[in-house]
Amino acid sequence: MSSGDNTVMAEVQRDHLFNLVLKGERADGRAFDEFREITIETDAIDTADGSAMVTLGDTKLLVGIKVQPGEPFSDTPDKGVIIVNIELIPLASPDYEAGPPREGAIEIARVVDRGIRESKSIDLTKLCITEGEKVWIIFVDIHVLNNGGNIVDAASMGAIAALLNTTIPAARHDLGEDTPLPVRDIPLAVTTIEFGGEMMLDPSLDEEKIASTSLIVATNTDGSISGMQKLGAEPLMIDQVMRVIGMAQTAASDIRKKFLEV
Amino acid sequence: MSEKPEHFIIDGKRLDGRRRDELRPIKIELSPLDRADGSCYLEWGRNKVVAAVYGPRELHPRHRQNMTGAVVQCRYNMASFSVDERIRPGPSRRSVEISKVIRQAFEHVVFTKFFPKTAIDIYIEVLRADAGTRTAGINAASLALADAGIPMRGLVSACAVGKVDGEIVLDLMKEEDNFGDADVPVAMTSDNRITLLQMDGRMTTEEFYKALELAKTGCTTVYELQRQALVEKYDNEYQAEGGLDE
Repeated sequence: MSSGDNTVMAEVQRDHLFNLVLKGERADGRAFDEFREITIETDAIDTADGSAMVTLGDTKLLVGIKVQPGEPFSDTPDKGVIIVNIELIPLASPDYEAGPPREGAIEIARVVDRGIRESKSIDLTKLCITEGEKVWIIFVDIHVLNNGGNIVDAASMGAIAALLNTTIPAARHDLGEDTPLPVRDIPLAVTTIEFGGEMMLDPSLDEEKIASTSLIVATNTDGSISGMQKLGAEPLMIDQVMRVIGMAQTAASDIRKKFLEV
Repeated sequence: MSEKPEHFIIDGKRLDGRRRDELRPIKIELSPLDRADGSCYLEWGRNKVVAAVYGPRELHPRHRQNMTGAVVQCRYNMASFSVDERIRPGPSRRSVEISKVIRQAFEHVVFTKFFPKTAIDIYIEVLRADAGTRTAGINAASLALADAGIPMRGLVSACAVGKVDGEIVLDLMKEEDNFGDADVPVAMTSDNRITLLQMDGRMTTEEFYKALELAKTGCTTVYELQRQALVEKYDNEYQAEGGLDE
């Protein structure tokens, strides 16, 4: 049984973690601004056009990308399309059930999607085949295999790692030669939780459950911000938001250097 | 859809003649619906939204009840005819997400602990959309909650800020939202606690800080209008009762 399953355990857990925070500690011994161990393995699935397996502490997920020709949207006839989807399959956690996605799953999928889309990291104009008729459609499917907390950050790392690893399969569709996907920026989403008056990066599952509020900030290589979402009921002040942005920028630039820059 | 305008700001004026830090006109009508416990109709530029609040009332199914407080629920919905191209009725991924963030924008201010085992339902219908429907919905819902007599720490006020032509502007209209560089919806209490914050687009840290400060002044203006609407309503009721000498 995980600790959040009933309210009594949740209260006990909350007190325990709160007492630790007062001492400046976290349950797994990390500093407040420290990530759990990250591994990113690209080319994990050979039937996909790009893929990445990510582990972030106990969290494990697989991102697979399929690129197919299709019709453009009528309002952007000369642009390719990118569609990000997260599946919180029941295999990944006792809390997930089969069936249509719940609001939480929809929210994180849309946040990861916006982070990538709004950074303009993929040059969608280069994905046009015939204007108004045919463009490349990039499906980014994120399969969460084990939810150990902070799926958003893991998904964001996995998505961009897989995109960097993606080939446009033109030959398969008789549309010329295969080319690498034009990726021009490396956006990364970083989640910060507020608990006991402290800000912490990369929440574990237990920390995520007791967080009063969290703020997801997606930043780009040049430090600019390309997405943000506040989750949870507790309010934040402007200076707290600005502090979180700084933490997210530092963490993202670290991860980028270690794992994503070639 | 319309074409992207070449410039959004010409001679310091925006496409609809506003300054950078100017809100579109807001019109508020309290209690337009009599079946709901509280309601509010709000026009914001060309947006038209109506919000209704029901509750506190018994929450079904019972396993969803909270023994220590009320459960706040929210449904944000756009009418199929509210935009140029018809929207398929029923929840979309977008409306599910917006419903969730709006609900969370209120969870901090509503004193849920007074009403265990109940639900407080917020319904927002967008009748006519022109960018900023979630913030318009929040402003209407905030007044509908007050109109329903739900105890709250205070009102929640919301507005969006964004970036067009490289400048930070208050309260994006449709063209600015569709073709601009960034959009930041913000909701806060009158003492500037942020209860909703989203962003898409691209901004530097400095621009973002500027945007938040601008959102603060925008929310303060909205708050004054909300407060005025409430005072007016209760003043009218008080006068109708015959004032002091009843």
